Amino acid sequence: MKTFVGIDLGSTTTKAVLMDEERQIIGRGITNSRSNYDTACRVAGQEAAIDARFTLFRREFDADGAGQTRVEEFLCGLERSFRLEQFLEQLEDLEQTCLGQVKGERFEKIGDGVRQALGEVFRRLRAEAPAMFAPGAVRKSDFFRDIAGSRYLAVAEEVARDAGLSYDLLLNVYDKSIIAVENRPPSGSLSDKFKRALDRVTAQGMEPGEELIRRVDRALGIELEETYLVGTGYGRVTLPFSKEHIRSEILCHGLGAHMMYPETRTVLDIGGQDTKGIQIDARGIVENFQMNDRCAAGCGRYLGYIADEMNMGVHELGPLAMKSDKPTRINSTCTVFAGAELRDRLALGERREDILAGLHRAIILRAMSILSRSGGVSDQFTFTGGVAKNEAAVRELKKLVFENYGEVTINIDPDSIYTGALGGAEFARRAVEGRMEGLNG
Amino acid sequence: MKPQTIKAQPKDAIKDASMLKQKEMMAKHYDRLSDARENGEKVASTFVPGNLNELLMCFDLVNNLPEVNAIQSGLRKQSGAYIMEAERAGHSEDVCTYVKSDIGMMAKGNIGPNGRKLPDPDVLMLSYTGCFTFMKWFELLREQYKCETIFFQTPYMADGKITPNMIQYMVRQLKEEVIPKLEKVSGVKFDLDRLREYLGKSAKAEDDLVYILKSAKHKPSPIDAYFGGIYYIGPIFGAFRGTDDAVEYYRFLRKEVDQRIAAGLGPVTPDGPMGEEKYRLVVEGPPNYTHFRQFWKMFHDEGATVVASSYTKVGGTYDYGFRHDPARPLESLAEYCLGVYTNRSLPMRIDMLVDHMDEYQADGLVINSIKSCNSFSAGQLLIMREVEKRTGKPAVFIETDLVDPRYFSAANVKNRLESYFQMIEQKRSGASRGAAA
Repeated sequence: MKTFVGIDLGSTTTKAVLMDEERQIIGRGITNSRSNYDTACRVAGQEAAIDARFTLFRREFDADGAGQTRVEEFLCGLERSFRLEQFLEQLEDLEQTCLGQVKGERFEKIGDGVRQALGEVFRRLRAEAPAMFAPGAVRKSDFFRDIAGSRYLAVAEEVARDAGLSYDLLLNVYDKSIIAVENRPPSGSLSDKFKRALDRVTAQGMEPGEELIRRVDRALGIELEETYLVGTGYGRVTLPFSKEHIRSEILCHGLGAHMMYPETRTVLDIGGQDTKGIQIDARGIVENFQMNDRCAAGCGRYLGYIADEMNMGVHELGPLAMKSDKPTRINSTCTVFAGAELRDRLALGERREDILAGLHRAIILRAMSILSRSGGVSDQFTFTGGVAKNEAAVRELKKLVFENYGEVTINIDPDSIYTGALGGAEFARRAVEGRMEGLNG
Repeated sequence: MKPQTIKAQPKDAIKDASMLKQKEMMAKHYDRLSDARENGEKVASTFVPGNLNELLMCFDLVNNLPEVNAIQSGLRKQSGAYIMEAERAGHSEDVCTYVKSDIGMMAKGNIGPNGRKLPDPDVLMLSYTGCFTFMKWFELLREQYKCETIFFQTPYMADGKITPNMIQYMVRQLKEEVIPKLEKVSGVKFDLDRLREYLGKSAKAEDDLVYILKSAKHKPSPIDAYFGGIYYIGPIFGAFRGTDDAVEYYRFLRKEVDQRIAAGLGPVTPDGPMGEEKYRLVVEGPPNYTHFRQFWKMFHDEGATVVASSYTKVGGTYDYGFRHDPARPLESLAEYCLGVYTNRSLPMRIDMLVDHMDEYQADGLVINSIKSCNSFSAGQLLIMREVEKRTGKPAVFIETDLVDPRYFSAANVKNRLESYFQMIEQKRSGASRGAAA
């Protein structure tokens, strides 16, 4: 089948959306952008392709609708098993890469001990992996680096202590290896992984039956043809895309928001490096836009720094800020001074949740200024980007939009992080149709 | 985050004959400044908007323009260090970067673009034409040089009209203040006929300048009226207005433009001749000088030619009919100062940009908002909204600085410009398709 790919190379994450000829999203994929957009692009694309397979499986069963619960359970099981297979494969790669680091003078005397310790660390990681992908398990992140990294650090500490080895040494081996592993897109054939996942599901006592297997096979057999690809986002210029395959992220976000919510007239996107206020017309065509200048104050990265300073995950900031009933007044959203500002406030005895609530408010105040410069907020208003997932930011935004613009419908899609990629995919589809809303078409 | 790779630029920018000639003229002028003491010439420092070059020439004064020095430092990538020097002396980050570049340059020995020391001025001739910072700048220079300072007050065009009272007021200042002081400083007696002769030459060059600016109505436009325009205004906005050199330069330039019109060619840019003219733009605001070539290339790469700009009117609005007039010498100097772009009210600026959009059949408006120039930047968002409303054409807002390299983010500016060009495309095709989408 024909598919249209939109890839949004953000400064923090890279997103891919796969769309079919009916303008339906069939797959989404996301990965961290690392320092390597080329890999990020391939990984996100591959993730979207995997996601698309599951859409195709569901479509196989949607037609007759019978036995939905059983089918759904089976497909969920299959997806978890597939993710587990993928994780184990990358874990294996990480182990081999780590072992490869154990060489040279430094390891002359302790090499065997380190190899043994690594073997033990990875044995334990493999053993606990199925639990991480069990039904109902919550993972803090879907990125291999995050999951494997945090567990490696914990397990290696125990192993090093027991073996009388230096923990720092094991950390060092990991640090040197993870970047290499991360920059290798998962190898191996996808259908082999699906087969292994299928075996795993069967082994768990979930008997899929012949009909199910036949349909899964049929869905696996559909070739996903990459008909046209459009890249957008911060890293787009660094990719070997030719000009007709590149669209500005402003246009992609405008169109993506229009596709998700056709009544959208104003879009706010807060990404890692950029905050954008975009006004669009009834067809999703950009009328006007404003964005932050060269300084990334108050963008997603700012929250990242704050999280680092507080030794928290970036996803934990919002919930903590929600606990505040007395937000601190923060004047600066300067990313460079974020740490100093935070430490000053803490030293003054202010509560963490109040400081965080103040920081979220400061970010949204800055976004409001960009929005007003772009022409204000018109109904409907769609909020996109990574920060749209942060409940504390959303709470402040709703408050400030109401205070400044009155009652406005505010749309926030749980998949809003894919807005730019979605717009890109639609531009790709239009490019093949020969209509590009003029863009080099 | 991977830094954006910027390809190494070829060493020599491509320049057409008039640009080379202009460069030669500027170089000669800087040498004249450096040699002034030795040759017994006296020096007047003054500003571009409202400069009274013909009058200064009547007193054999050599014209030194601190703004142009700052621009030269920016183009030569020296302004960054000068600005830091000025900041070390206590000037805040938000102060006009022309001022800081100049102050820093003085602190570091006042070496001009020719690598030689610029002379201390004998007189500071301040025509106040709308930029409040100019006044403060010369206060600083007065403190430094302890020389005669002349303040020529130009009333702001708040109501958009020049009244007889305004002219009277200014002529009186010229007669009672400016001329006597210049006589005193220079030791040269004022000769009205000499002024008339210079003004006649000014008008001649001005005719040709207007012809050149208006040539942008052709499709494709033979000139870039912003980036290229900056070369074109150099002599007439600076030390050459009223000279034979200027008359000759604009004659030469006019011929060059005529040749391009005849051949159906677009402008020459540092990175080669302009290809297909895809977008015709009007630009409001000064350019960035520290990344001038890179900035221009962002337009060149996309097939965007600037067909009119407000910046090329800061030293005179000749395309609106004004000419220096030998028959009304002092009155026309007053009128000249009143009309410059920086002295125009917001409604006048809006009218001018709207006129330019229509007259030159532009696709849209680009506002380059200068971080450290409140004089230009205040009100620009309002200008943008109003021009959009009145022309129905899209506009874009980009932010850079005059000569502070720290305020130029290539990726950010490029992102906005590319988005803007694609937005124009999208609108064009959206319009041709009607509501089909």
